[in-house]
Amino acid sequence: MVEINLWSGLRRFTDGELVVEVEADTIGKALDALIEKYPGLAPVIEAGISVAVDGEITTAGRNIPVRPDSEVYLMRRLKGG
Amino acid sequence: MSKIHVTTTVNGDTVEFLADPRETLLDCLRDRLGLTGSKEGCGTGDCGACSVMLDGRLVSSCLVLGVEAEGKTVDTIEGMASGDDLHPLQRKFIEHAALQCGFCTPGILVAAKALLDQNPDPSESEVRYWLAGNLCRCTGYDKIVNAVMDAAAEMRGAA
Amino acid sequence: MAKDEFNTGFKLVGTRPNRPDGLDKVTGRARYGADMTMPGMLWGAVVRSPHAHARIKKIDASKALALDGVKAVVTRADFPTGLTGEDWNLQENSMAGDVALYDGHAVAAVAATSALLAQDAAALIEVEYEVLPHVIDVDDAIKPDAPAIRPGSADHSVPEGFPANVVRYIDYGHGDLEAGFAAADLVMEKTYLTEATHQGYIEPQACVGQLGADGKGEMWVCTQGHWFIRQMCSAILGLEVAQLRITASEIGGGFGGKTMVFMEPLSLALSKKAGGRPVKLVMNRAEVLRATGPTASASMDVKIGMTRDGRMTAGKAVFRMQGGAFPGAPVDSALDCAFANYDMPAVYHEGFDVLANRPKAAAYRAPGSPMAAFAVESLVDEMCRELGLDPIDTRLKNAAREGTKASYGPTYNKIGLVETLEAVKSHPNYAEPLGPNQGRGVASGFWFNYNGDTAVSMAIAEDGTAQVSVGTPDIGGSRASLAMMVGETLGVPYEHVRVNVVETGALGINEPTHGSRATFATGKAAVVATEQAIAEMCRRAAAEWDIDPDAVEWIDGSAQPAGPNAGKFPPMKIGEIAGKMSTTGGPIAGHYEGFPDGVGVSFGTHVVDVEVDPETGHTKILRYLVAQDAGRAIHPAYVEGQFQGGAVQGIGWALNEEYVYGEDGRLQNATFLDYRVPVASDLPKIDTVIVEVPNPGHPYGVRGVGETGIAPPLPAIANAVAAATGQRLRHLPMTPVKVLEAIQAGQDG
Repeated sequence: MVEINLWSGLRRFTDGELVVEVEADTIGKALDALIEKYPGLAPVIEAGISVAVDGEITTAGRNIPVRPDSEVYLMRRLKGG
Repeated sequence: MSKIHVTTTVNGDTVEFLADPRETLLDCLRDRLGLTGSKEGCGTGDCGACSVMLDGRLVSSCLVLGVEAEGKTVDTIEGMASGDDLHPLQRKFIEHAALQCGFCTPGILVAAKALLDQNPDPSESEVRYWLAGNLCRCTGYDKIVNAVMDAAAEMRGAA
Repeated sequence: MAKDEFNTGFKLVGTRPNRPDGLDKVTGRARYGADMTMPGMLWGAVVRSPHAHARIKKIDASKALALDGVKAVVTRADFPTGLTGEDWNLQENSMAGDVALYDGHAVAAVAATSALLAQDAAALIEVEYEVLPHVIDVDDAIKPDAPAIRPGSADHSVPEGFPANVVRYIDYGHGDLEAGFAAADLVMEKTYLTEATHQGYIEPQACVGQLGADGKGEMWVCTQGHWFIRQMCSAILGLEVAQLRITASEIGGGFGGKTMVFMEPLSLALSKKAGGRPVKLVMNRAEVLRATGPTASASMDVKIGMTRDGRMTAGKAVFRMQGGAFPGAPVDSALDCAFANYDMPAVYHEGFDVLANRPKAAAYRAPGSPMAAFAVESLVDEMCRELGLDPIDTRLKNAAREGTKASYGPTYNKIGLVETLEAVKSHPNYAEPLGPNQGRGVASGFWFNYNGDTAVSMAIAEDGTAQVSVGTPDIGGSRASLAMMVGETLGVPYEHVRVNVVETGALGINEPTHGSRATFATGKAAVVATEQAIAEMCRRAAAEWDIDPDAVEWIDGSAQPAGPNAGKFPPMKIGEIAGKMSTTGGPIAGHYEGFPDGVGVSFGTHVVDVEVDPETGHTKILRYLVAQDAGRAIHPAYVEGQFQGGAVQGIGWALNEEYVYGEDGRLQNATFLDYRVPVASDLPKIDTVIVEVPNPGHPYGVRGVGETGIAPPLPAIANAVAAATGQRLRHLPMTPVKVLEAIQAGQDG
């Protein structure tokens, strides 16, 4: 299991949960598991998000590995100038 | 509207072109003569990217009509180096990293050369005020001013 | 593995060679967007709405089309329908549908045999409008009586019952906010306002587009990212993506403003309608200011708790930003940056992305960070003054470090904020005495580093020189830094490496030069590709020597036996291996496709001294100092250039620049005379300190450095003006009029 930290605005879709545990060893599987658990998150994730794994923010590459002790945060999609 | 025949000297060469009376000298240099080194950043004389010398005077070529060049002498960035030999300003701009995107660079080089031709030993403040009509959005001007000062020193034989 | 951990004795990294494109750029030879002509080319012009908000009742192009030499007119009717999401937004912004949404919104376009003829024809296109009520200001746009600008734009994040013009809503935070404020000795809450500013690149948007009836097309365009142009044009016009081939010209500045399409799809639509003849479109400056993306304007409430000794206990930020008539104000990244400098037990953020009748906002250098920095770093300064605390020591006391939980959630890896604060504290500028009407201001700022889709290929030529094909246009010297990293890795002179920005047909997809990513991401990808080519050259040498490839190592541009057991062979130089490649297995090349991991964020701290003229309210910058963490500076001169350029854009934002609208909703200052960016005589030297806390995620320790520098100037100058005048300005820009009014109000009070 890995803990996925959500931003507060997503609580509306997760019965108030801010941290959701899912069974996954990659970001892709974690996102799929999140959507399965909380279908309301689907449009958010499909619209494009960034993910921070152990402090490093990246495009939500589905093949990025996560371990049970990884720190994982969903973030709004990052853009730059 | 019928076009007007213009004969002028550009970078030492006699050239002829047909200009619509509404076309600027910048339009004519770029579109009639293929000299695209002079740039249009504003079209209103505010940015200096189109700076050229017209009969030895620094002008914004976007504020001069092409037909006004008749019988005159125009010097542009394309004529600044002599063959393979860059003008010291051109060399110093490269050495000092005085350009980032490079779009304002031709106009700034032409304007800076006009300064050094009349004042070989300008103060930093004089350089900054002389170039106040040339906008650069990338560099913050710091390295441009350094490059001009260094080129001036070299040209005076002081470097 | 970071090469830093083993080696700092670099031959090229950290030196200052001449940039490879320097000669072209000082001689006028470099070809930018408007410098291209093609055989059979037509010229285009765009008809734009003079109204801030108006229903388009009728467009009559018959008089224009009757002119000899006019070849095509397009309106929204020529575009496919049924688009959704951002594709819909971009299509709507490129060409208005039923409603023009801002002053300058494109409503029709024409192509003709000359530029003047196209302009004449555009003037003959008759558009009948029904003017609608408009709204410009962000706080007005969320009032109950504000006109609803674009119903259907709000996304899933907006709860029921919000004002019609709120299209995205964000809230997040951590820690016990109330407990944090309760633990503070001083709690202050203030509102800060910033106006929209433009990136102000000197090169207006320009392109030559060509599209045939077979759906195949080409484009020459000045852009930060030609794969983005390809994808966006394809979506807007309903084309197959790979059938478009986009070539990036040299680019005359972008700063985020050239990461999306504006009139590029129109050139393709016109070309198709004109039988496939190429169509050149070049914006004038007024079009750039009226119709390309400026940044958002912002209205921001910030509340901070601080103990008597300067410990920050809690922070709350509520930001409202308008990004024009479309979703996309950078309110999320503004919030992420708001408290990023600080290690605080409790933070809460709330953001509203609001529509107004203005052009669609584009990214602008560290999108959102400058506004956030203005609000938060101004308030921190106000609180330090109230409590009699030193601004640098207070920042050091609260500074985020490795292991700090960032205000935006995750835990920081290695970062260099503390080092930048220490660098400015010990800099001579910080000890300069100040005279009457002079004041000193300090502020820090933050921006991310981004990776993104990256594809690079490199190949060894027959003589052992190297070519590197990249997809990130070179805006500020990235070809130099890439050639240096490849040369360093390959062990060859810098001059032996040629870096080419190639067209979309040559590589897999690349994100633009944005997000401070070119030297980081393309650099890392180029190093990986180079290492592949090196491995291949080691294999070729091993085959020649008939030894195991693992027994060959690459040192200083040569294959060499790894130790005495591998065999005794003289080093085989790159030129020798390359010269024989056709008989030893063919081409030698390497490539990379992916998201280069290991991004490294960058903090900076600025110190500014100003003098305010009490008679006129004019603020003069006396000294300016930037200290920023670059990770490692590959080419220090261009890193300094990023620091200086960012600082000066921030200075303009703080003191001069703003979009000024009339009551009629029309932009009043669409020229460089009236939208005044800083000029050389406004400025002193911009002093720089390159702090190097190497990023362990990059082979040479690189962090993204391009964007952070624009954030600290806004608050640093506001803090300096407050120190000089005793008056706190919370609304940018700090024009002489506003400063004078504040001084006079202070004297009256």
